[in-house]
Amino acid sequence: MSSLSTRHLLGIKQISDADIRLIFETADNFKAVINRPIKKVPSLRDITIANLFFENSTRTRVSFELAEKRLSADVVNFSSSSSSVSKGETLIDTVKNILSMKVDMVVMRHPKPGAHLFLSKHIDAQIINAGDGTHEHPTQALLDAFSIREKLGDVAGKKVVIVGDILHSRVALSNILCLQKLGAEVMVCGPTTLIPKYIHELGVKVEYDLRKALNWCDVANMLRIQLERQDIKYFPSLREYSLQYGLTLDILNGLDKEITIMHPGPINRGVEITSEVADSEHSIILQQVENGVAIRMAVMYLLAGQVG
Amino acid sequence: MEPKVLLTAARMAVMIRRMAYELYENYTDFDNTAIIGLQPRGTIFAKRVHGMLTEISGNKNIPFGELDVTFHRDDFRRGNEPLTPNINSMNFIIEGKRVILMDDVLYTGRSVRAAMDALTAYGRPSKVELAALIDRRYSRELPIEPDYTGEAVDTRANDKVKVEWQEKNGNDCVWLLTVEGNK
Repeated sequence: MSSLSTRHLLGIKQISDADIRLIFETADNFKAVINRPIKKVPSLRDITIANLFFENSTRTRVSFELAEKRLSADVVNFSSSSSSVSKGETLIDTVKNILSMKVDMVVMRHPKPGAHLFLSKHIDAQIINAGDGTHEHPTQALLDAFSIREKLGDVAGKKVVIVGDILHSRVALSNILCLQKLGAEVMVCGPTTLIPKYIHELGVKVEYDLRKALNWCDVANMLRIQLERQDIKYFPSLREYSLQYGLTLDILNGLDKEITIMHPGPINRGVEITSEVADSEHSIILQQVENGVAIRMAVMYLLAGQVG
Repeated sequence: MEPKVLLTAARMAVMIRRMAYELYENYTDFDNTAIIGLQPRGTIFAKRVHGMLTEISGNKNIPFGELDVTFHRDDFRRGNEPLTPNINSMNFIIEGKRVILMDDVLYTGRSVRAAMDALTAYGRPSKVELAALIDRRYSRELPIEPDYTGEAVDTRANDKVKVEWQEKNGNDCVWLLTVEGNK
């Protein structure tokens, strides 16, 4: 019997490697559950979960919602575009109003980094971070590491390169922290303008040449260029970025070893990764999506076990 | 606590053999009958009975499964810590099969209720029966009774029945742990 060391999942930073391992072991069981004829268990039948999405999302939201429904929780969905947020309501007011309708757990995505930490100091419900601005996206990092563990047997000792828009990526930060806690070596690769200046202080390697990075790694996680977060130009054109950092089958075939390709989605086909690579046997992109549901079920199951 | 031996290894072996014969008498044809042990402790018992049945019937293909009921329990969020799940191993479809659920100790009946719930995730069995090595009588919290029993014992609510298996603990034995003052 064991439980998580934390009440909320605010970020990978706040959880221990033992927590991560517990989540993985629990997710193994949930993966078996979602591959059965009846994909549902009644564990969370007396829990209500609110999905608060203050920022657009398809995959993460569907994944959370499916995970909640397969645990038999009651689900309330909320998105900022169709809410009173556009009428000038504050975050705390919005959330407190929802919680006064007796909600036990909040899954939130918010454009401001630290929004979840702030909220956790003001409300009683348990909070799961589904992405806060450019800061963290813990469940994505967990499902990425879980997918590596599934494909390669273990995360410890593996070399993982994260390629692309490191500066604006919450997936990159959460992944770096998670992989390091599990004993993997991490490298970031991208144009100098998209690599944060002090990133090496996190203990990661930095490489600006895609081919060198790929020759070093066992796993390459290709990130999307987040044009919506870029208020200035960080590179001359998408075409030029694609020529320098886009992953093609030619590059993959030119390596002296087999590597595993990941992508957190949404994919911009032809920019950071070509269709041939995304759909090849090297890619585990769709397995990542499947594992996402199992990981989120595990996180919610373990957190909910602490309520009451 | 003063441990008392309820069953010795020799008695356990006799009982398991007897229960296997009882099942063989009732079912004869085991092609459509599955033996399912409840995780974590009922699976060893189920494996022993399954092995014995294979020997008696000569049928090497009796379906065997291990069922974990953690996600179906009714005490989730009522204990102190979340329950850690075990492996589910059910490599056959239950639809239309006769199922014999096996657990080492039958106490309140709540695990068995959860097991029947968990079982339906794999299909609709044509019949479900329950076998328990130890039946702690008069302590049921739900209307559940075993169809096959190794030994029925009378215990107090705060007594503990501990089953040890060769595979797990090095030897077979069933202990009754009585709290001081309970005689």
